[in-house]
Amino acid sequence: MTYVRSTFRHPALPKNDLGYTVDYYEGSLSTLCAGCGHDSINAAIVEACWELNIEPHKVAKLSGIGCSSKSPAYFLSNSHGFNSVHGRMPSVATGANLANRDLIYFGVSGDGDTASIGMGQFVHVVRRNLNMVYLVMNNGCYGLTKGQDSATADAGSKSKAGSVNLFEAIDLASLAIELGATFVGQSFSGDKEQLIPLLKAAMKHKGFAMLNVISPCVTFNNNPGSTKSYDYVREHVEITGTMDFAPMMKEITASYEAGSINDLTMHDGSIIRLHKLAKDWDPFDPNSAMNAIHHAKRKGEILTGLLYMDQDSIELHEMLKTNEKPLNLLSKFQLCPGSETLAKINAGLR
Amino acid sequence: MNQETKINDFVIRFANVNGTGSASANALFTKAVFRMGVPVTPKNIFPSNIQGLPTWYEVRVSEKGHLGRREGVDLMIAVNPQSMKKDYADVASGGYFLYDSSKPLPPGYDRTDITHIGIPLMNLCNAEFTDARQRQLFKNIVYVGAIVALFKIELDVIEELIGQQFKGKEKLIEPNIKALKIGENWVLENFDVDNFDLRIERRDLLGDKILFSGNSACGLGAIYAGATVAAWYPITPSTSVVDAFAKYASKYRVDAETGNNNYAIVQAEDELAAIGMVMGASWNGARAFTATSGPGVSLMNEFLGLGYFAEVPTVLIDVQRTGPSTGMPTRTQQSDILLAAYASHGDTKHPLLFPASPKECFEMTAQAFDLTEQLQTPAIVMTDLDLGMNDHVTEPLAWDDTREYKRGKVLTGEQLDFIYKVSTNGNGSRGKLEDRSRENGSDSADAVLSEADAQPLGDQNLTQPLEQFKGKWGRYLDIDGDGIPYRTIPGTHSTRGAFVTRGSSRDEYAVYTEDADVYQRFVDRLARKWETAKELVPGPVFLSGPPASTGGQFGHSYSAIWPPPYGGGSDLGVIFFGTSTDAAIEALELLADEGILLDAMRPRAFPFGKAFRDFVDSHERIFVIEQNRDAQFRSLMMIELGVNADKLVSVLNYDGMPITADNIFRQIKDKIK
Repeated sequence: MTYVRSTFRHPALPKNDLGYTVDYYEGSLSTLCAGCGHDSINAAIVEACWELNIEPHKVAKLSGIGCSSKSPAYFLSNSHGFNSVHGRMPSVATGANLANRDLIYFGVSGDGDTASIGMGQFVHVVRRNLNMVYLVMNNGCYGLTKGQDSATADAGSKSKAGSVNLFEAIDLASLAIELGATFVGQSFSGDKEQLIPLLKAAMKHKGFAMLNVISPCVTFNNNPGSTKSYDYVREHVEITGTMDFAPMMKEITASYEAGSINDLTMHDGSIIRLHKLAKDWDPFDPNSAMNAIHHAKRKGEILTGLLYMDQDSIELHEMLKTNEKPLNLLSKFQLCPGSETLAKINAGLR
Repeated sequence: MNQETKINDFVIRFANVNGTGSASANALFTKAVFRMGVPVTPKNIFPSNIQGLPTWYEVRVSEKGHLGRREGVDLMIAVNPQSMKKDYADVASGGYFLYDSSKPLPPGYDRTDITHIGIPLMNLCNAEFTDARQRQLFKNIVYVGAIVALFKIELDVIEELIGQQFKGKEKLIEPNIKALKIGENWVLENFDVDNFDLRIERRDLLGDKILFSGNSACGLGAIYAGATVAAWYPITPSTSVVDAFAKYASKYRVDAETGNNNYAIVQAEDELAAIGMVMGASWNGARAFTATSGPGVSLMNEFLGLGYFAEVPTVLIDVQRTGPSTGMPTRTQQSDILLAAYASHGDTKHPLLFPASPKECFEMTAQAFDLTEQLQTPAIVMTDLDLGMNDHVTEPLAWDDTREYKRGKVLTGEQLDFIYKVSTNGNGSRGKLEDRSRENGSDSADAVLSEADAQPLGDQNLTQPLEQFKGKWGRYLDIDGDGIPYRTIPGTHSTRGAFVTRGSSRDEYAVYTEDADVYQRFVDRLARKWETAKELVPGPVFLSGPPASTGGQFGHSYSAIWPPPYGGGSDLGVIFFGTSTDAAIEALELLADEGILLDAMRPRAFPFGKAFRDFVDSHERIFVIEQNRDAQFRSLMMIELGVNADKLVSVLNYDGMPITADNIFRQIKDKIK
């Protein structure tokens, strides 16, 4: 970590449509290790929110416990954050979202927080298709307690101390698809070009958007023999394609070769343009996405990009038919049936 | 039998097989007694089973208005062969044993101190109904018909009840009435009802009272208090709290125009998630609650600690059952007192409310939402299976339409602006940001302000001098000296009031810290808040001298102050709370009849305030009545008030059955010697 942040900002920093410069989206100074993958992801989140013209106070940041879960303090300092308890962020996010459907819910979790202690809550928040971004900063180890293997560490992967992990890894992306997640992406903290549009699309998705981002732990899991080290991941990433994201009513300017372009229209009219590289893969078909992930895995590769998306996603509020006005804005008159009704209830109990 | 006729004063127990439709037939009897203006209390003594195991339904009828349990069964309706032997033994001397005489009684059923009434229930049903399920269901109605004849219950009362019960299913009314008549006629033809010594006579002792269960009252209380989010995990005996909330919400919380719901209910994956959802929703400005029982509270400890330390409102309704572990899931106890009071690791404590009637369940649930938001800490309503799942005669529910929800110290966008305007130098970067947004002509901040005005959050009459923030709001600053800081809700303001809520140590400005002094200052403030809680929670109520009831008066007037205006002055005190109340008051009367006078206090909440302490200080010995083995409430008094152990004498009941007046009477009498 660094102790000093430069306060100098270039006077000609570009502004987004809201008139904010990118530093408006930053958080407090990170206390993570220098070179931590998580900080790159935090920077990508800052960038994505700035580019998307998001009002920071319309975002709620939620997390559990662990290195990753400290992250919400390091981006969007004008957003409320809730660093809750280990593995329980999904439930807190669910309650928060039910209270006010108008905010963007940005959940940050880690591999321990999601795949071990929080597995129960993770699978159920997926089932409920809660409208949120669920980002896993996945480094395959427990950083804060000095590097024990986590449940996403690959079998055979070697720790810094030289011990070999004996157990099969839990694959969060395929698990999420299996459970009915409506948006599943995978990326690498070192690939900002892919991560930023992926984050933007996830924020615009109506429903549960899971992003499993491999984010090497420089201190405890960056050694030779680890399958989550920077070197290993760089060598083994298989990118499904490049992508660009355009908010509603904006034209996509990036140019791609004909024949490989896939436009995905989001519920609000925004467009994701995928430039597919992977073969035999259809991002709208969960089976195809699962196959692609498993196929890559067999080859020892990590498939990245937007892997699956359900364009007909129905999120929790729609299922529960809640008022379109946030529940936390309803007045006493809308909530309390009053004394006359109570007199009738009393009469029915005699 | 030459004995006095007992009018409106007896215990009747129905011994049934679980899952045979007996519950609605038995409830019919209770409701008929209620409709005849006579105080009545039913207790369901049921197994943790869906079908087949023995289940009992015990009804106390008491002209004097004693609504607690009493020992001795005056009439046993024994229709379960499995439990017959024990049921037979349980009939009080001089009582009645009503059984199905379709088959003769086995040898050994030859008590001479009781009266046997054999009715061929099965044969009567088989002769009348052909369908097997109907035969089983109507057997229950046939014995209700028999009781109607024996007790001389007004037939039109019961016919009206059947009509109401099957409203919308009119086809069922006729066969039910037929079954009722079969039982009634058989008794009238074969039995001299004038020889039956138990009678129900019409009275007008109930006024406008209602018959309601504690769980339904809690659910309705949450509706009235403005709860919009309920998250829960099914567990006996709390399930019907959320069932009731759902029922009333579907009736009173649907937007007339759009048909959309002004509430959300989520059945969570477990109790941890249930309370997590409640905390997320409360943090985000909604009123939210969960209901569970002891095993659920064990699981919720983690979040309760977070709620305490991060100061997040949470309403938890604990419908206690018999522990430890799975214990007896369908039996009652008051055994989560210490668990709830100190739930979670580290120095934690939580306000508890102890309702003693369905009316108080309604009121205290509503009050819990105010308390949790005023104090910014979890509030726990401590009810139990007996109160929650049984119907009780209770005062009608009341709601004052001018009552405002007390949302506590929640800052609006306008108030945040006010705080920062006071500052002349502000905090560097934030001041700069505000300048920038103005420079850019962004109107976002204004838009937020008007929205904040519409929020029904926060105390609109906030008069506290926000100047004391000295230009910079701090989430955990105690500017009022009551230990309660000011919170903000996400989305309130574009540049002010954001912070990270966390379970780790932080300073007054919500910034993470491991500084020893700052930490200690923080937890000392929480202790200060605990002192404020003592003033906010409902105080105890008092009864002094012979209870006002002697003379057959129904109902008791409590005093809110100690000593009560009408005197007091025994050296002996007694403390009881929650569902021990009815039996305790009856026991006080029994003791008064023997010349033993006790001053009584019924605590309604934890922490204990000044009146509580005054009562303790002004008595030499105090009996503490509670329904657990380890005298948990007594322990709580010793821990919190430092009361000498010798001064507090325990009166305990922990067999899973609701405490009886006889039991309390005996224990106090023995210990007073």
